[in-house]
Amino acid sequence: MTVDQPVIAALFFDGLNLSQKVMFGTALLGGISGVVGSFAVLRGRSLVGDMLAHAALPGVCLAFLIMGSRNMLGLSLGALLSGLLAIGMVSLLVHWTRTKEDAAIGIVLSTFYGMGVVLLSIIQKPHIGGNKAGLDSYLFGEPGNMLSADLVLLAVVAAVLLVIVFTFFKEFQLVSFDNDFARSQGWPTLLLDLALMASLAVVTIVGLPIVGIILMAAMIIIPASTARFWTNRLHIMLLLAGAFGAAAGVLGTKLGRGLPAGAAIVLTATGFFVLSLLLAPGRGVVSRVLAEVQLRNRIAREHLLRSLYELSESDLPKRILLPIHKLREYRHWRFLPKLLAGAVESGHVESDDETVKLTPLGLQRAAELTKAHRLWEMYLVQHAGIAADHVDRDADDVEHLLTASLLLELEHELAAEGRLPDITPEVPDSPHELGTDPKNTPSSDF
Amino acid sequence: MSTTAFEIHDMTVAYHRRPVLWDIDLQIPEGKLVGIVGPNGAGKTTLIKAALGLVPLASGKVEIYGKSYKDQRHLVGYVPQRESVDWDFPVTVRDVVLMGTYGQLGWFRRPGKSQYAVADRCLQEVGIQPLANRQIRQLSGGQQQRVFLARALAQDAQLYFLDEPFSGVDAATEAAIFELLQSLRSTSKTVLVVHHDLQTVRDYFDYVILLNMRLVACGPVETTFTNENLQKTYGGRLTILDEAAEAMRQHAK
Repeated sequence: MTVDQPVIAALFFDGLNLSQKVMFGTALLGGISGVVGSFAVLRGRSLVGDMLAHAALPGVCLAFLIMGSRNMLGLSLGALLSGLLAIGMVSLLVHWTRTKEDAAIGIVLSTFYGMGVVLLSIIQKPHIGGNKAGLDSYLFGEPGNMLSADLVLLAVVAAVLLVIVFTFFKEFQLVSFDNDFARSQGWPTLLLDLALMASLAVVTIVGLPIVGIILMAAMIIIPASTARFWTNRLHIMLLLAGAFGAAAGVLGTKLGRGLPAGAAIVLTATGFFVLSLLLAPGRGVVSRVLAEVQLRNRIAREHLLRSLYELSESDLPKRILLPIHKLREYRHWRFLPKLLAGAVESGHVESDDETVKLTPLGLQRAAELTKAHRLWEMYLVQHAGIAADHVDRDADDVEHLLTASLLLELEHELAAEGRLPDITPEVPDSPHELGTDPKNTPSSDF
Repeated sequence: MSTTAFEIHDMTVAYHRRPVLWDIDLQIPEGKLVGIVGPNGAGKTTLIKAALGLVPLASGKVEIYGKSYKDQRHLVGYVPQRESVDWDFPVTVRDVVLMGTYGQLGWFRRPGKSQYAVADRCLQEVGIQPLANRQIRQLSGGQQQRVFLARALAQDAQLYFLDEPFSGVDAATEAAIFELLQSLRSTSKTVLVVHHDLQTVRDYFDYVILLNMRLVACGPVETTFTNENLQKTYGGRLTILDEAAEAMRQHAK
């Protein structure tokens, strides 16, 4: 560490008590994990974060054995080297053998982790003193072990990474979205890839003592995945991921007093994820179910009106009273009473227990729907070559999603073939001469 | 005497020790619409990627207006295959088209008013301006193809490479794309298109490159797109060189 660093620490972080330091540290870590993790998640590299975390263990242990004491920078360096070695081995495995990437990652991850656990058990023997150094906090995380110096390192790392992401946002965005296109424009995609990978590695290494090896991957993956539910723009996703991560850090530490801190933070992050999964507008489960239900209701209402039209077609333009059992015989219904009640409320039908009748508004709507349905049926038979007896079912599935412009097109086509049915709804005669406003009629006619 | 926009000398490309393109030698004059055809695995996409410097050359060289690709990137536009991209990525249509301007922007600069203007103009040209704020996942196949085209137009290039732009798009989009390519040609731009549909080659292109790991033929459609050349490209007799290549492919498996 440089000379300035303890001074900065004394000036700022020493002034905080332990719980404030922990809050600050977990917020910082959560925030930067969210931001950097967004790129990893979007590019399908989430496993790499997990591997880095697990593969760091032997490096941490060896660094401790070499230095003889717990120095955050030294341990982090050991972790980083060990992690990078693991990445290198995965590459070699994939390129030189037939092993696929996910298997290679699993193999290297477990091997390194296993070596690390062995080294850890050696260190924890009393004559080596590992216990006192709290090295096993690397496994499950212990934010409470954070010193001011550690906090400074974390703050510096977070600040540097944020500056990098901000400065090179468009380059990172381009490389993540379309690597080939980026390269064709002349961008050094390999360097940019490495920069993103390196950011991921640094965040992982620095976060290990706080949330632990086992859960570090979750900090990288979960806030970013949560943010994805809420936006379609990358820069907003980064902001939200940072926010969710920081919130998980602070809230998790608070809620998880007495529990392993890393686990508490991760579970809080998962809580945000589940809430977003359910409640996010558009992409959330609740939203999609509601939209589906609304669509089904609309379709059912349209079937009702069309059936009523077809049942009374021969009597048009008079609107006849139909017995409900006839409706039931005509086609299959789910919750017909409820359907009828809804149609009454919207003013399309009049109904009692035994009978139902279209209102003028209902007749007009029913006529439009039936015309559209028949147009679509004809189109399917003519142009899609679907057998006439299959058409009704297919038409039912799709026609409700037709737009007005498509309908117009179909009409013109069928009219040109001379096959457009004339389904004009009953329109009452105008009570006055057309083209004049009764109030404005001059005394003489023309 | 027209300028040569694009030239390949004695190029060989190998993937994982397997030769994929072999001794390719061709010249394309400026202002032509060129179709690249050949069977699956013939190396058509590889040809484009090699031209763009996306895959290493085992030997040979590629020249754009007489100079190496590295010096001429600003003259080249690229429309990759639709499948090459994750359409779930959180970007809008306009965001993607703006990416076409990144090459001219360079490091550290963000897209500004003039880049947005360029992007909107290109969106207009391909007819998807109303979709500018949509996330790209919400588009149909034809619309996605147009987004890629708009991005390439935003690159404002002289030489365009398109990889299967007509595959999996509706008839309206196909017609629109073809119109666009013609208007590019009318301003003396050169366009090379990997194409899979032999029926439409004569209608769409002036020049054709027939490829099957080796260059079977390259030249104007009238003289080059012959039955004999098609035979050589798509099937029939194997020459000794082909048999050797086939044996190597088997060995490398």
